[in-house]
Amino acid sequence: MRRLLGQPLVLALLGAVVIIVVLTGVDDFRAVQLTQMAYLGIAAGGLTVLTGLNGQISLGHGALMAIGAYTTALLLQDDEPTLPLLAVLVVATVVTLVVGAAIGVAAARLHGPYLAGATLALAVAVPGIALYFGDTLGGEQGLRVRVPDPPGWLLDAAYFVTGQDLTPSTYVAFLGWFVLVVTYVGLAHLSRGRVGRRWRAVRDDEVAAEVAGIALGRARVSAFVVSAAAAGAAGFVMAVSVRLAAPSGYSLTLSLMLLTAVVLGGLGTLSGALVGAALLTFLPQVITDAGVSAGLDDIRAAELAPLVYGLVLVAVVLLAPAGLVGSLRLAWHRLRATTTSKGAT
Amino acid sequence: MSAARPGLAMHDVTVTFGGLTALSGVSLEARPHEVLGVIGPNGAGKTTLFNVACGFVVPDAGTLSWRGRELQRLRPHDLAGLRISRTLQGLGLFDRMTVLDNVLVGADHDATSGFWSALLSLPRASRDEARLRGRALAALDELGVASYADRYPASLPYAVRKKVALARALVSEPELLLLDEPASGLSDAEMADLGSLLRGLTDRMAVMLVEHHMDLVMSVCDDLVVLDFGRVIATGSPAEVRDDPAVQAAYLGNAVDATPEA
Repeated sequence: MRRLLGQPLVLALLGAVVIIVVLTGVDDFRAVQLTQMAYLGIAAGGLTVLTGLNGQISLGHGALMAIGAYTTALLLQDDEPTLPLLAVLVVATVVTLVVGAAIGVAAARLHGPYLAGATLALAVAVPGIALYFGDTLGGEQGLRVRVPDPPGWLLDAAYFVTGQDLTPSTYVAFLGWFVLVVTYVGLAHLSRGRVGRRWRAVRDDEVAAEVAGIALGRARVSAFVVSAAAAGAAGFVMAVSVRLAAPSGYSLTLSLMLLTAVVLGGLGTLSGALVGAALLTFLPQVITDAGVSAGLDDIRAAELAPLVYGLVLVAVVLLAPAGLVGSLRLAWHRLRATTTSKGAT
Repeated sequence: MSAARPGLAMHDVTVTFGGLTALSGVSLEARPHEVLGVIGPNGAGKTTLFNVACGFVVPDAGTLSWRGRELQRLRPHDLAGLRISRTLQGLGLFDRMTVLDNVLVGADHDATSGFWSALLSLPRASRDEARLRGRALAALDELGVASYADRYPASLPYAVRKKVALARALVSEPELLLLDEPASGLSDAEMADLGSLLRGLTDRMAVMLVEHHMDLVMSVCDDLVVLDFGRVIATGSPAEVRDDPAVQAAYLGNAVDATPEA
């Protein structure tokens, strides 16, 4: 039973049931929030594989999301869509993947702070490119994204399963979570198998990995490419959700948010990336509400959120350096180790 | 030269770092079914010699050949494909991976499934994983450390970690095993254990080792190469080398007299 539950596909099916139940029970506002959690979660999932499993740091994943988002926007300019939405998703992912491969080849030669610096340059440059090519990419205003209506069969199916009509926001939320589940299943398969083992070996000891027959450059580039593909898919979901691709949405702040989400949840774990994405999405709201009910005015209450977020981050790094999920796992392993050693004696 | 299939041969290898000559005209051969020991005082060039054999250092002059074919532009990650394994002086275990995963990395080169079957978790990939897992467990079992498969290296005694590192080198079924100070940090009993283990390995492969512990070297090696200041000052069987006056002067000195004869 435990073995079965550990299978990514089984987990994905369980997750899909939860997602359907939750998304049918929420209003449009929550659906939009949950979509935000989905795209942050997708990008964070890709980043946690890169940083947690392969030891490469990236401050540029927000920019990679922008590439996916702008590709999506460029393909969804007309009222009559030329491509089905899933095809747009594939194109956005592949375009980001190709850009990621180019960056990954450069990144494979860099370490630690140098890699951070190079990806930081990416984070700063990409919004600038959108401004420079203002005619094509819409400049400061960005590009509008025209999301095609859901196909009829999907509306029928949704009504059949949930007994409700699918609103546009819930439709996009379903789309976002569908992409998240598919991405996470792929990432989980990779990280638990041979590919992930190579990434981790390179992270832990380059020389030993090389002697064992692993080409360091190839392992690093493949990790970066996979991670970039996830960021591209996340950019697609974000563009479809906010119906806009504009430079302000993909600033350095987004990249930093993704990195903090990954650290908060626990490096290298997909569940940690999802927890981090949930915190990023919902914590500001919860804090602001708490501030208002504690008697603060709206502006002060809104200012409270970044402060609390920062404090949570500091607390996690100090008290649970393996992240929230990572620390829980460690505690569980220790518990199991002590019980088995007791059992042995 | 007697073996039908020649092992690793170095011919006239010279390595300089800036003005310093680390190796000068070194020739040697590690033959199948034999243990070749490389000894010499600190700074004699033993590690450099090893690094040449692994592709970490490109020699300025001289050639390196393996199974009768010259190796050009050897890169470290090519070793696995040539069926050459090496252990590292500092163990080099992957700290955040289990013992089993550590050994599986050593078997990685023999995996047949690729990226896409892993991404989709196709039956092919699962079968491949199961096969490699079986081999890794067998390698751990052969060294008597299979019970630690699920543990992390940092929590294990040093001697166990050494065996894990050795299992990682052996799991790829190499034809040449390069051991960088395999006995460092081991107790006398553990060293004797290691000695008999290494003798047993010669059924399957050639072994070349760099080692400080004379007891081990003298009892295990078929042939010795003695380096001093980057030059080969003596070669031959342990007994021949021990009686060589040049060796005694350069390196062994009184240490030989202090070693009780077996």
